[in-house]
Amino acid sequence: MLRFIVRRSLQALLALFVLSVLLFAWLRSLPGGVVSALLGERGTPENAAALRSALGLDDPLYVQYWRFLQRALRGDFGVSNGVFRGEPALDVFFQRLPATVELSIFAMILALTLAIPLGYVAARRRGGPLDTGSVVFSLVGVAVPVFFLAYVLKYVFAVQLGWLPPSGRQTVGINATHITNMYVLDGILTREWDAAWDAFKHLLLPALALASIPFAIIFRITRAAVIDVMEEDYVRTARAKGLTPRVIRVRHIMRNALIPVVTVVGLQIGALLAGAVLTEKVFAFQGIGQALAIGFERRDYPVLQVLIMMAALIYILVNLLVDIAYAVIDPRVRTK
Amino acid sequence: MKNRKVGALATVATLALVLTSCAESERDSGTGADGDTGSDSTQTEGDGGAAASDATFVFGAAGAPTTFDPFYASDGETFRVTRQIYENLIGIEEGGTEGVPELATSWESEDGLTWTFELQEGVKFHDGTDFDAEAVCANFERWADQNEAGQNPSGAYYYGNDFGFGEDSLYESCEATDDLTAEVVVSRVTGKFPMVLSQSSYAIQSPTAMEEYDANGIALEGEAFVFPEYATSHPTGTGPFQFEGYDNAGGTVTLTRFDDYWGDPAGVETLVFKIVPDENARRQELEAGTIQGYDLPNPVDWQALEDSGNQVLIRDPFNILYLALNPVADPQLEDPLVRQALYHALNREQFVSTQLPEGAEVATQFMPSTVSGYNESIEAYEYDPEKAQQLLEEAGLSDLTIELWYPSEVTRPYMPDPQRVYDAVKADWEAAGITVETVTKPWAGGYIDDTQNSRAPAFFLGWTGDLNSADNFLCAFFCGDDNQFGTSAYDWHEELQEQIAAADAEADEETRTQMYEELNAQIMSPDWLPGLPLSHSPPAIVVGPNVQGMVASPLTAENFATVTITE
Repeated sequence: MLRFIVRRSLQALLALFVLSVLLFAWLRSLPGGVVSALLGERGTPENAAALRSALGLDDPLYVQYWRFLQRALRGDFGVSNGVFRGEPALDVFFQRLPATVELSIFAMILALTLAIPLGYVAARRRGGPLDTGSVVFSLVGVAVPVFFLAYVLKYVFAVQLGWLPPSGRQTVGINATHITNMYVLDGILTREWDAAWDAFKHLLLPALALASIPFAIIFRITRAAVIDVMEEDYVRTARAKGLTPRVIRVRHIMRNALIPVVTVVGLQIGALLAGAVLTEKVFAFQGIGQALAIGFERRDYPVLQVLIMMAALIYILVNLLVDIAYAVIDPRVRTK
Repeated sequence: MKNRKVGALATVATLALVLTSCAESERDSGTGADGDTGSDSTQTEGDGGAAASDATFVFGAAGAPTTFDPFYASDGETFRVTRQIYENLIGIEEGGTEGVPELATSWESEDGLTWTFELQEGVKFHDGTDFDAEAVCANFERWADQNEAGQNPSGAYYYGNDFGFGEDSLYESCEATDDLTAEVVVSRVTGKFPMVLSQSSYAIQSPTAMEEYDANGIALEGEAFVFPEYATSHPTGTGPFQFEGYDNAGGTVTLTRFDDYWGDPAGVETLVFKIVPDENARRQELEAGTIQGYDLPNPVDWQALEDSGNQVLIRDPFNILYLALNPVADPQLEDPLVRQALYHALNREQFVSTQLPEGAEVATQFMPSTVSGYNESIEAYEYDPEKAQQLLEEAGLSDLTIELWYPSEVTRPYMPDPQRVYDAVKADWEAAGITVETVTKPWAGGYIDDTQNSRAPAFFLGWTGDLNSADNFLCAFFCGDDNQFGTSAYDWHEELQEQIAAADAEADEETRTQMYEELNAQIMSPDWLPGLPLSHSPPAIVVGPNVQGMVASPLTAENFATVTITE
């Protein structure tokens, strides 16, 4: 078992290393770069050359990478050169991570609470108007780009109706205490209820937009799984045994139908991160996604490197944990 | 089973209790706990007559300041904030571009080398220390004494450009001859001095705070500049607002009224810059009332913004958009007939009236009309496509093909929509029989790089003036052997360099102005004509219906202290 874990961890490390090399080379092969982003119209050839040489950007790529690697091994991932100028890139990541986590969790909760009951009901009334309606609705959910949905939601509920704030995470001047930097949670922990409510209102529209991605898929998987399970022998047996419909629904149908749903929820984490980039940009929500978008505009190499590498690290770690979990459950995996 | 559930619930409840008991609210009692912004309007009269209230003014900024020490900055988002915290020896007139007394009440020089500044009395820095001649000299010395990172163009850009470091520096010495008199000596006569001191970078900062928090400790770490503690959290000036804090995660910069300010007190108690990078989001925030103003609204939104009760304040244009022609990138352009033809083929009147916002003007030379040295008598090259064809024929290039570049992923104050500018020029040129090949690149993704390195034959670029100085425009475009117009390919290149230098070195203001007027005429003469000035476009700033006292500045140097907010 230990050997398996070590082997998989080494593979994960190797994957991270290869990714870091590719990312490093790719970022620097983008046309233009940080020098023109910083100097703009003032980027005369002399100015640009002085800045390039100061930043070490005129050294060969492998020399730059070697320097990056040496620093990274010491835990120094560089300092932002863009909008977060002067801040350690890792700090940018950790400052913004809670916002994205809060947004993603909230979006996932929204998606689950809407999609699972709806999927179940649609399956039970298969072919009926509710089923057809929900299927079409979920198709729209898959097809509509998340940023478009975000703009529409914002336009209708924030700009036209004025029910919810159009952007940001909390009203300026609310003077809330921040502990975890997940603002709703902070408001609850400190019992600053107005701050929690305010943060919740800011969260609602972006989370709704972001939820459209997992919602559609979870709904369809739930519906399909419930339809499958309903035709299983054990459900028929349960009915024949005279169990109440509630027990059959909860213990036999949903329990079994939720297994593929759980797997899909795990897989959706990556999609949520990608969607967060677009949603956060539209709602000026100060999370990882917005930082990535700004980082690209300003060619902020250190920030982009850290944000992308950390996202990859999270992804790889989750996968590693899943692999280990499988190995614990099923010994055959270890020897494969 | 039931017991297990109860047990689990009890554990969760206990955990929640423990968590909430360690999490204490750190709220200050009183301020802003109701989440209300800007609607407080308890008005009290300040000493100077300005209506000072405990209101909050929230302004939507497009980006975070790069630092709070303007000496190491060169971008508008930083200066907008630092201008409220600091003051300079020379200020900028309200709504104009002329230098006016600020921390210096007067300045004079007999020979253009030794300058005597008389200083304002009774001024205090935000840390409580006195502003005096010693403090002024400490600032001059601090500017000159920069390490390698500080001397980089991405460090002290303005100082490097205006004064320069080391032996060739324009700065020679500073002496406090008495408490309120500072004598500054410069090494050569230049038209820029002392007006350069009105630029945001030359803010006078507290020597005590600068020493305590190591203001000169800028460093290069890896691929980035790292700023000292002074620049990130202890900026200390003499201005109407003092620095309160920068909430990085929430994206807000907060300033509060400085109660010991020597002039009229600020009209609002708290000034917040909320960072909203997306322009659309800024507009919607203004409409929702969560911010009360933002800069550079898109001209297509001006009318809608006004219709919903906001005030769109249009600045006098202090910028220029030009079409640069570079013979190094395309030798066809070495022939003046070709450059003239390209100019005559442009219908700039129509371009300005249909593509640019209200208030935009056709440019006849490389600076706006408010700059001293602007030459009134230069006439615009008239639109005449037939003449253009004729000139091309004369040059033997009647089938001219030219690459025309424009940037994507950017808007500039002088160029709100690059593609529309490009479309207009392309249509005009094609109408005159010229074949246009399109090249477009992202602003920071190759456009700046290639245009500044003579790889683009014809491209759009522009400039917003830093101060009322002809040199600030002309030298930015034409100084040096590898400037973006590739003038080194022309036989008049040396003459151009000499004339720019000679005008700048002229001590007498009247003579200097005349020299610039002549130089402008020479640059626009048919033989020179290194590029085609297109337009001066007025950028705007927008504030909500309940905001009073904001005066738009052509230099985008708005003073937020004059702003008040009513219900």
